[in-house]
Amino acid sequence: MADLAISPEHGAAGAQDEHATSTGLPNTKIAMWVFLASECMLFGALISTYVLYRGSSQTGPYPDDVFDIPYTSVSSFVLLASSLTMVLALASAQKHDVARMRLWLLTTAMLGLTFVGGQVYEFTLFYDEGLSITTNLFGTTFYVLTGFHGVHVTVGILMLLSLVSFSAADRLPHDAAFPVEMVGLYWHFVDIVWIVIFTVVYLIPTPSPAPA
Amino acid sequence: MASLSVPASGRGLLRRPTANTGFWSWFTTVDHKKIGILYGMSAFVFFIIGGLEALLIRAQLYQPDGTLLNADQYNQIFTMHGITMIFLFVMPMSAAFFNYMIPLQIGARDVAFPRLNAYSFWVFLLGGLFLYSSPFLGGAPNGGWFGYAPNSTTDPSIGMTFYAIGLLITGIASTVGAVNLAVTVVNMRAPGMTLFRMPPFVWMGLVVQFLLVFSLPIITIALFQLLFDRRWDTAFFDPTRGGEPILWQHLFWLFGHPEVYILILPAFGIISEILPVFSRKPLFGYQFVVFSGIAIGFIGFGVWAHHMFAAGLGPVANTAFGITTAIIAIPTGIKIFNWMGTMYGGDIRFASPMLYAVGAVAMFVIGGLSGVTHAIVPSDYQQTDTYYIVAHFHYVIFGGAVFGIFAGLFYWWPKVFGRKLGEASGKVQFWLLLVGFNLAFGPMHILGLQGMIRREYTYPETLGLTFWNQMSTVGAFLIALSVLMFMVNAVRTQLKARGETIEDPWDARTLEWLTSSPPPAHNFDEIPTVHALDEFWHRKYVEDERTGRLVPAQAGASDESEPPHGGGHGSIHLPGPSYWPLVSGLGLPIMGYGVLYSWWLIGLGAVVVLVGFYGWALEPSVAEE
Repeated sequence: MADLAISPEHGAAGAQDEHATSTGLPNTKIAMWVFLASECMLFGALISTYVLYRGSSQTGPYPDDVFDIPYTSVSSFVLLASSLTMVLALASAQKHDVARMRLWLLTTAMLGLTFVGGQVYEFTLFYDEGLSITTNLFGTTFYVLTGFHGVHVTVGILMLLSLVSFSAADRLPHDAAFPVEMVGLYWHFVDIVWIVIFTVVYLIPTPSPAPA
Repeated sequence: MASLSVPASGRGLLRRPTANTGFWSWFTTVDHKKIGILYGMSAFVFFIIGGLEALLIRAQLYQPDGTLLNADQYNQIFTMHGITMIFLFVMPMSAAFFNYMIPLQIGARDVAFPRLNAYSFWVFLLGGLFLYSSPFLGGAPNGGWFGYAPNSTTDPSIGMTFYAIGLLITGIASTVGAVNLAVTVVNMRAPGMTLFRMPPFVWMGLVVQFLLVFSLPIITIALFQLLFDRRWDTAFFDPTRGGEPILWQHLFWLFGHPEVYILILPAFGIISEILPVFSRKPLFGYQFVVFSGIAIGFIGFGVWAHHMFAAGLGPVANTAFGITTAIIAIPTGIKIFNWMGTMYGGDIRFASPMLYAVGAVAMFVIGGLSGVTHAIVPSDYQQTDTYYIVAHFHYVIFGGAVFGIFAGLFYWWPKVFGRKLGEASGKVQFWLLLVGFNLAFGPMHILGLQGMIRREYTYPETLGLTFWNQMSTVGAFLIALSVLMFMVNAVRTQLKARGETIEDPWDARTLEWLTSSPPPAHNFDEIPTVHALDEFWHRKYVEDERTGRLVPAQAGASDESEPPHGGGHGSIHLPGPSYWPLVSGLGLPIMGYGVLYSWWLIGLGAVVVLVGFYGWALEPSVAEE
């Protein structure tokens, strides 16, 4: 939730930049970095919980029973590709190419939406295979960790779509590159976190307990 | 003179509020000074509530086999006492001081994000009210402020769900506030205000904000897990499905120990401001005070398991955390010597702020010493979960933080309200508080070593604990009397006709006293240029070249060379008041009740949050003229 609170100040960024700051950096940028540092601890605690409970489930389904690595690899690739389009959006904004900026922002949002959609599909599939959030420790830690990340992606999509619509309504400051850069920071962070989650949760094999 | 631009028109869903005075302006203000006052008043109300809960606890324990409260009520009362004092009193009261003083002390017009600042306050207040709605909706939290699993996950009453959601909401408030204040200190300093010209209070504030930023997310996750376990039957802390309740303890104390420093460092900052002023000497070893504060911030993350010595982590872990705990006493001890060095040979005036500051140092030393005894693992085995621990943390948090807060209230009251609190009453109150405090918590050392267990709601007469329990209860009521004196003093001071304005009643050293008391909305007509630590002092006094003594500077001598900064000739654009922080804040408790009762409410709350944020984003921070 707290992430939402940062974004509204984008609109004020132009006003702040009129005054020289102590570091020369805009307030919003430092705030975003401090906030992302805080987010590191948030995901750090969640990922630690997952790692701690790895292989502790007393009943199935176990990760090997449900994971479809090729499928998730594709959706991970989609999310990582969105980082590229985000960079392109920023580059267009810096060149004051508003049309391209909106296009790339929209593309980024669509890629993010594809990822979240894929995650929802994956969740329903796993659920049908008998893995719910209450089934075992794997279900609990898996759904909460990846779901938490999914909510972050969703918030990012909201911010991207807001940028596009604010831009269309001519409500962005004259130099739109700054808010785009800030949303980009958040977006890249969420992507990087997914690299860690994908590696820890999907790629590193989890030992299934020996049948009792 | 600078002229203020008054917000004129508005656009968007809600008409932009225009009033800067009057009752309703408090709901829309984004002025860091007004928000500071709001924080302070709300925190003080929660202090009174938490204090009444403490009196109930002490009244129950006055007699063996007390019957005032039953076991269930007692659990709720001591849990709410802890939550209230920590999350709803000391933290927001520190936020009040930071909010009001940091921009003034670094020579800024406001914090970095004024509307976000208002948002932090409203979310804190709404989170507190959310927690206090629990007794009317099925029972208050009853598992202690630490909420140990699996007791907290399996308790059938609704209380611990309120605990998880309520602390999540106040945690959002603290995180947002911490980001805001950290950016303010890093980025909003006046020209010449280098990091090592910042007053020690600002430094301690910066350390506290970073502690909050890095420790709150950990308890946020722990509370999420607790909430999911309670509400959606997940397995995080459920041993029957392989979950490990001790994970809760690790996550909680990974936050909980930095939290201890979040509570005490603001008081350290206040003390470091007051001792030099009332000793008429610079702070002894300013760099040491700063660096030991930073060191405490770092080491504070490496000592959490000393809360868990009896949990069975094994000798290696216990030894390691025993050592780190002993190490963190070093930077704390350094500060004590700095403060004694500041007073040594000083021209000391024992006005009320000084009394409370010295009292805080003395009482904190006692609490620190008993703290060192916990670092020794075998000794801690004997003390853990006894009243000895209760005595220890009240000596550091009440003796240190609350005495420090009173010191700050007496010291900065003239700054905030333009009038001094009654000195005679303040001094009597101090001695009453000191005696009451030691009578209330001193005997708890003895009770603990005699084996009185924490959190038990009654004790049999045969244990021989009655006498010291009665002394402790008498002490608690003396504390209550002293707080009552403070309230009478405050009301009388505010009702008194305002005499001549008091610009610099204590002959202070730092920038906040450079402007008028109370300061104008824009803080400084001209942003000052800073040349030294203790800038204000150096503007007032110069060293006589022949005698080496301090003599008053020539009036206006230092001002002539000041080039105006910050657009002193143009108009100052202050951020306009706004409804949106309050609106978007309101969504959070609605979502909270939704988690308890209905998905529809969660959706409604989310919509309110979103509407609030979009209204906010579309409203320019400075109203157009």
